[in-house]
Amino acid sequence: MTSERTDATAGQEPAEGAGERIEVQATSRRRQLTPEQAAAMEEKIRKVEIAISLVLRIGVSVSVIVVATGLGIMFAHHSHYTSITGGYSYSHLTSRSTVFPHSFSQLGTGLASGEGRAVVVLGVLLLILTPILRVAVGVLSFLYEEDIPMAIVTTYVLAVLIGSFFLAGA
Amino acid sequence: MTPLDFVVSLALVSVAAGVLGSLIGLGGGVIIVPALTLLYGVDIRLAIGASIVSVIATSSGAAAAYVREKMTNLRAGMFLEIATTTGAVSGAYLTTVLPARFLYVLFGLVLGYSSIATFRKRHADQPLLVSNDRIANYFDLHGSYYDTAERKEITYKVVGTKPGLVLMYVAGLVSALLGIGSGALKVPAMDSAMHLPMKVSTATSNFMIGVTAAASAGVYFIRGQIDPIIAAPVAAGVLLGATFGARVLGKITSRTVRMIFVVVLVAISLEMLQKGVFP
Repeated sequence: MTSERTDATAGQEPAEGAGERIEVQATSRRRQLTPEQAAAMEEKIRKVEIAISLVLRIGVSVSVIVVATGLGIMFAHHSHYTSITGGYSYSHLTSRSTVFPHSFSQLGTGLASGEGRAVVVLGVLLLILTPILRVAVGVLSFLYEEDIPMAIVTTYVLAVLIGSFFLAGA
Repeated sequence: MTPLDFVVSLALVSVAAGVLGSLIGLGGGVIIVPALTLLYGVDIRLAIGASIVSVIATSSGAAAAYVREKMTNLRAGMFLEIATTTGAVSGAYLTTVLPARFLYVLFGLVLGYSSIATFRKRHADQPLLVSNDRIANYFDLHGSYYDTAERKEITYKVVGTKPGLVLMYVAGLVSALLGIGSGALKVPAMDSAMHLPMKVSTATSNFMIGVTAAASAGVYFIRGQIDPIIAAPVAAGVLLGATFGARVLGKITSRTVRMIFVVVLVAISLEMLQKGVFP
């Protein structure tokens, strides 16, 4: 971690195959590693990255399914929404005076009574959670790499994201 | 137009916005907000709420593809998020005091500026080999990626972290004010000010816009700007389009990406300015 250690090991010849990585690390302040450790670390980082993209995919898929289900319920409950032509305009649902859940307690009440729009909102909230989850995973993986400066940076970002909900009065 | 027609047609528009958005490193919001306000006559504040959700959908959908290809510079992205998320929270509060016309004009100006910045720098594609930027070296923000068009691993160094942070704060502010990913500002900040290669800037921007958008989405939700019937088709459509767009990005050269970017930005910029100046 310290700069003395970086200088002491910077002259090491990188091993075949992991050369690119070692070269980058020699000029950085990241923990110095032997070629074997570097290869192992590379493998772990790769696994973390694959895990993150899996989490993102699952999160996004689940939220889209929930949103679609909610829309289905909404149309099923209000038969006059579903005609192709007719007098009922969409603008009733998209004006400033339209009513829909916009707090966690309203969302709970809406879900309990099986409202379609509440289910859609739940799906949207799940979607909003995916990047927040991604940053949370980032904090853990930087701690795991013993990269304290980046871990602090990521923790700050996570704090702002979570704080934004409460600052707004949730 | 009945609610069903609205949902179906808006979903189709959103798919198109998603393809274009991920292709040029935007959230698709630059298409969604004008489409909702100009085509459907939706209140701009509700349009912004729906759009911010689509930005997250694009980002999370595309990021899943990019991270595995190692195009995204996660360290630089996360570092710059300090500025964008802080800017986004400030911006989400500013919207309450600013009139709608101001939002249209700002939208037009922001897009006009980004198209000029992108057009001017369209040949500067040579990556840097050394960096004496102390912040970039301390956090080790440098990286490398495999360029599928040139078929080789390209190593690059990062400079200009201070102007980068300032530009990113503005990008976060604008993102929250207008409900866009503001990739339009993030991409030039990274490739012009910080010298990240264009494709890395685009992929990293795609990762960053989701995190930035999440910082203001919470505020918009609580304030009642996320209308489910608008947000649902927009989120699903944009996500579908973005997933497809992300697959195409690796196969197009940087210049093509930039030219698409410029043309789209100029067109929308003029439209929004007109709406703000002569309502």
